[in-house]
Amino acid sequence: MQQTLNPSLNTLPQAWVDALLSQLADGENVLAWIKIDLNTQLHFSEGLIVVTNQRLLAKMTSDEIWQEWRYRPGLLLTQRDHAGVGYLELFDAHERLTYWRYRLGNDIAVSRLISCFMRQLDYHLTGKLPLLTSEQAQCPKCGAPLPADQEECPVCDKQSHAPPSTWTLLRLWRFAKPYKWRLFIGFLLTLCSTAATLVPPYLTMPLMDNVLIPYQNGQPINTDLVTLYLSGLLGAAVLAWILGWTKTYMLALISERIGADLRTTTYEHLLNLSQQYFGGKRTGDLMARIGAETDRINLFLSLHLLDFATDVIMIAMTAMILVSINPWLALVTLVPLPIIAWLIHLVRDRLRIGFEKVDRIWAEVNNVLADTIPGIRVVKAFAQEKRESARFHAANQRNLQINDRVNRIWSLFTPTVILLTEVGLLIVWIFGIWQISKDEITVGVLTAFLAYIGRFYLRLDSMSRIVSITQKAAAGTKRIFDILDHVSSVPESSNPVHLPTVHGQIELRNVGFRYGTRSVTRDINLLIKPGEMVGLVGHSGSGKSTLVNLICRFYDVTEGIILVDGHDIRSLPIAEYRKHIGLVLQEPFLFYGTIAENIAYGKPGAARSEIVAAARAAHAHEFILRLPHGYDSLVGERGQALSGGERQRISIARALLINPRILILDEATSSVDTTTEKDIQKALDNLVRGRTTIAIAHRLSTLREASRLIVLDRGKIVEIGSHAELMAREGYYYRLYQAQARNVDTEDRSFVVPIVEHSAAGELK
Amino acid sequence: MSNAPEYHLHRNAYGRMVFTDRFGSAQEGIVPVRSFPITNPDQGISLIDPHGHELVWIERLADLPEDYRLLIEAELASREFMPEIRRLLRVSSFITPSTWQVETDRGEVSFILKGEEDIRRLTTTSLMITDSHGIHFLIRDRLTLDRHSRKLLDHFL
Repeated sequence: MQQTLNPSLNTLPQAWVDALLSQLADGENVLAWIKIDLNTQLHFSEGLIVVTNQRLLAKMTSDEIWQEWRYRPGLLLTQRDHAGVGYLELFDAHERLTYWRYRLGNDIAVSRLISCFMRQLDYHLTGKLPLLTSEQAQCPKCGAPLPADQEECPVCDKQSHAPPSTWTLLRLWRFAKPYKWRLFIGFLLTLCSTAATLVPPYLTMPLMDNVLIPYQNGQPINTDLVTLYLSGLLGAAVLAWILGWTKTYMLALISERIGADLRTTTYEHLLNLSQQYFGGKRTGDLMARIGAETDRINLFLSLHLLDFATDVIMIAMTAMILVSINPWLALVTLVPLPIIAWLIHLVRDRLRIGFEKVDRIWAEVNNVLADTIPGIRVVKAFAQEKRESARFHAANQRNLQINDRVNRIWSLFTPTVILLTEVGLLIVWIFGIWQISKDEITVGVLTAFLAYIGRFYLRLDSMSRIVSITQKAAAGTKRIFDILDHVSSVPESSNPVHLPTVHGQIELRNVGFRYGTRSVTRDINLLIKPGEMVGLVGHSGSGKSTLVNLICRFYDVTEGIILVDGHDIRSLPIAEYRKHIGLVLQEPFLFYGTIAENIAYGKPGAARSEIVAAARAAHAHEFILRLPHGYDSLVGERGQALSGGERQRISIARALLINPRILILDEATSSVDTTTEKDIQKALDNLVRGRTTIAIAHRLSTLREASRLIVLDRGKIVEIGSHAELMAREGYYYRLYQAQARNVDTEDRSFVVPIVEHSAAGELK
Repeated sequence: MSNAPEYHLHRNAYGRMVFTDRFGSAQEGIVPVRSFPITNPDQGISLIDPHGHELVWIERLADLPEDYRLLIEAELASREFMPEIRRLLRVSSFITPSTWQVETDRGEVSFILKGEEDIRRLTTTSLMITDSHGIHFLIRDRLTLDRHSRKLLDHFL
């Protein structure tokens, strides 16, 4: 056969490849294909759609034969999607020929299939060979073209969700590494101090055999020997004390540092994550992770892990000593050990799951708090304290429930270990007495054994606790590494281009953005000249804020490219790029601190004269001076209460101070009344001068200064032009403006907005 | 009160719903939308034009003539995709992200659960699970699942 295989067919299951190959005619090449996973009734079922140089082929698993459509005039292949499910439809001039459904995972592959199909169609109709863009690298897995500077496929990358290994705790080594020498010394100290604690029981043996037993048999007490043994006991105890103290201090010091590093690293990483990440997480949960979890890990390292290590060393040493004294008795003593280990292992899994649940429920309790406390005004205004407390109660109740279940297993655990200890002691007694009766060992040996295993089993009990603590720490570590492993969806370019100065030309080419499964904007093309002011207009949800977020690079475009002064913004260093952007938001956020600090937030080293100049330009200077401490007045969550307009002017001063080339006003005046708006407008006029400005405004009247208005509707640009032009056109903008003018009228006449009745026959008479 | 509606609905050759009001002006690409898709799917269905404006509010589908009802139901069925999980067959790990192999009312499928926070409690017994592509899977009553499924699910709650 003549056909050449598309290399991407390698990833197609053999059964499909065979079925497909049998269909192809001579000289027919597979150009693109996708596997779909739904049938038209939206049931899960596999199917394949193939574009060749002669036709479109499709088959579902349940179909007997392949369906085919040869290229002919009027054909059109389109896609659309809704709630995570895509439609791929084939039309001709008169009707819909067929359609397919698919889950959105392979959305990019579908776009590729369509463009491939349309190119081929074009070729067949016009005879013009499709102009192929330069041979782009393709992802070996899904066939999607790779971006020029990336080796990993953006499509596959997002899909690989390998679960982390259970040995997450070992990953903490990354943070322990800088302290490895100190850790090693700490380990040596642990060894020595443990050895020292093992001396006293050993000395009970000669004390019993050489002093006490002979005395009972009528011999006088040998005071020299007693002094020797007792001073040995004292010496060992003092040595153990000193060694134990140094080792604990040293290791606690190290673990505290590891914990601090972990916390700082996590927080730093978190700050660099994209807005998308913060959008999907609850504040309470993130705060718990960085605060409580790192603390738990810290405690685990400094206390529990240390104890455990000491215990393991002690058990190993004790075992060696016991065997050296009497192998048979040692064997009997050590037999319960594996049984206990097995028991621990048995309970481990159940406990771990339980503790993970407890963690999650804790986060839930925290989330209720984080939801309610910031919204306390709403809660009080609607008198819903009871409901909120009920919500908290419910979360707490679940917390109780789950804790109860965990405790049921947990409570059984410790007594069982104690019981086993007693049984083990009993066995040693029985075997020891029997051996003494056979004169195989002395009373001293049995006493020493009992002294040893007394501590030995005691330690096993505390060691069993390590199971749950380790699991808790592992769960915490996993949650921390969840953050650390999260790669920012706005990645820093590997070879960034540094722009010392920015002129402020912004160009958007075919920009599209998809949030989750919802496509927010599509095919945006726009060129903003340096120093130009444009206004973004449209209903809420039309994609205005999305566009601004894309330009600020809070998110990355899913399709197309954004260029600033001709450079792809993805190739610029993020922090450097954002320094050129001044952002004034609808709800200005002030940090706790003085007004001067807040104004200088974007430029911490600013001179006082600069700050005052910025405040003057922002028309904030006078009201600041009216405050009791002027520029040193404290504002923010716990500081001086400022009105919305005052806060807004401070945030304008903040933007002015960094002297950005690009300015973004996101509904900067919509949360204030009309009089304040005038003040702010004056401040804004100072700000806008000479900068590329993108303004979003709900009140169209505030955009009169803009040289062009860009009217957006459902993620697309519908009209561009000045206010006068757009009004003359009587299109979308005209209607929007008219609607608003009407609203203003009704507002002014303080009319009650009439409620529009539903048109259906309803309950209203 | 169930008078014949003052509008006309049909599906054209392009597979789109067409709405004609009583003045005879027709609009193509109408979509029906449920107001309470989870809590009360049968109450409150709205016909929305391509610009997102409501044309008709239908309190209950049963009030409509049979042919309109079938048309709207068919259109809804083709838009709604919330597979209901009947059984959990396998999960790749109890630590997220984890791949779930489940049996749904729409057949067997596997999906990736990114994190426990993607499991949302709707009521005390019903859950909504959002997969890595944003598709919602529903568990109507987790207490009626079989023992194996309940046990697997329990690890994530």
